[in-house]
Amino acid sequence: MSASDLLFHLFAVFTVACALGVVFNKNAVASALCLLLSLVGVAGLFVLLDAFLLAVLLVLVYAGAVVALFLFIIMLLDMQGGDRKKFTKATVVSSTLAGGLLVTGLVSFAQRGQVAVAADVPVVGSTLRSYAEQLFTVYLLPVQIVGFLLLIAMLGVIVLSKKFEGLDDIK
Amino acid sequence: MFDFYFELPLLLRLLLQGTAVSLVLLPRAPPCSMAERKISAWIQGRPGPNRTKPPIAGFLAPLGLVASIPVLGTALQKLGIYQLAADGGKFTFKEDPIPGHVNKFYFVLAPIASMIPALTTVAFVPFGAYFDAAGKLVPVALTNLDVGLLAVFALGSLGVYSLILAGWASNSKYPFLGGVRASAQLISYELSMTLSVLPVFLWVNAPGGQGTLSLFDVVQTQSQPGFWGGTWYAMTMPVSAFIFLVALFAETNRQPFDMPESEADLVGGFHTEYGAFKWSLFFVAEYAHMIVGSGIFCLLFLGGWNPLPWVSFADLAHWLHFADKPLLMGLIAIGLFLAKVGFFIFFFMWVRWTLPRFRYDQVMKLGWQKLLPLSIANLIAYALVIAWIETR
Repeated sequence: MSASDLLFHLFAVFTVACALGVVFNKNAVASALCLLLSLVGVAGLFVLLDAFLLAVLLVLVYAGAVVALFLFIIMLLDMQGGDRKKFTKATVVSSTLAGGLLVTGLVSFAQRGQVAVAADVPVVGSTLRSYAEQLFTVYLLPVQIVGFLLLIAMLGVIVLSKKFEGLDDIK
Repeated sequence: MFDFYFELPLLLRLLLQGTAVSLVLLPRAPPCSMAERKISAWIQGRPGPNRTKPPIAGFLAPLGLVASIPVLGTALQKLGIYQLAADGGKFTFKEDPIPGHVNKFYFVLAPIASMIPALTTVAFVPFGAYFDAAGKLVPVALTNLDVGLLAVFALGSLGVYSLILAGWASNSKYPFLGGVRASAQLISYELSMTLSVLPVFLWVNAPGGQGTLSLFDVVQTQSQPGFWGGTWYAMTMPVSAFIFLVALFAETNRQPFDMPESEADLVGGFHTEYGAFKWSLFFVAEYAHMIVGSGIFCLLFLGGWNPLPWVSFADLAHWLHFADKPLLMGLIAIGLFLAKVGFFIFFFMWVRWTLPRFRYDQVMKLGWQKLLPLSIANLIAYALVIAWIETR
């Protein structure tokens, strides 16, 4: 086993273990910290794929800012987790179904999936320049649409969270 | 001379280099705290620590011997050098209690977590340069990545967690408020900081070149021949430099932005419940942040290891005939760079003892309503100017 294989296994196990920690932790702050570690593990996997920019952006945006905001909100609202809701029949059935589908998909992909040969895949994202060129030429429209979607979501949050007393407040 | 070193396995070499850099960076904190006490004393017109003197016998014998040398010993005593050793001893040997009401695991984790970003960011900062055998200028750095500055920002942004965790795990009022303030403040100023450096990279990444965010290349573009090639970016982009510096103060929690700590209204903020060694770890991290932050400021806006504007380091090496001695050249470059960084450490302290602390609402107003629009306007203005220059 080469060094990068070993690192892959390390990071993969670390990521999944931390992801499980997010789900099973009773304490909201501990969950958020597990999410942080899980993101760092994913960044490590990106580095193994030579996608340095993605790894750095993942740490910068998600680990650095988004999880910090999560923690900020958890602390501000003083959420302590507390007792979990009991599962209802509907959730048990639907989650088993979804989990089964996911496992089937993964198994079938592992057995029969055609992974493109490296030569067929254009090298995109390994250097900043090629990344930027793709982003501003081929993928310009999707990027703009996603950006617009985020803007709408942000406006929606502001509208929903702001308390409007009467018609005058909307103006 | 150093062939044996380059024959070592790569992993071992990297380990040695990393250890060497951390060994230089870590012990910077005690002298910095000493300098802080002395500078604050000078600014406030008092002598500062000048009495401590080790006993000649005892476990500090080597220090005691130096102290008994007639003139030098007294001079060192007046400078407060021995106070440093006394402080170090105190932090190490003092009882380190963990209060009963804290969340123990996270309480211990927080100071340790504060060291991670403080020590990893330095891996992406070049300290100097030398001519290799082929006559090419190569950086003295642990890594010279394409994404250099982004990596520094990414790792630096993890610094907020130690403050949040410390505040939350302490499980009492003032630390909690400090932690919440820290998270809000650091996120707010990160935006202006990132936006303020974009004009520099717009200029560095001229069309046709290979896109890069490497800090070494930023210094290279400030050391070209000609009037515009040799100017430092602090002169051509003063607004960017100013925004970056202000945001740097906020990101390192230095006064006037030390909201998370804020002795006057929060006792000690996030570190109220901490003492002894754990407390000192937070400050080792803070000084390491200051050093790395000032280093990045020098690289981006003050020409890195170039001695003067319009005088590049490579020219200096040729004039003074040390271009063919890589070791000497590297050391001089590091010396020049550290001198600039040292000035900024002094500047940090100077500001701390000159300006009063902001109120929290003023900090937020400054970040979101002044610095952020200013940095966006600055970016657009420079984008237009650079586009005009490039298409001329």
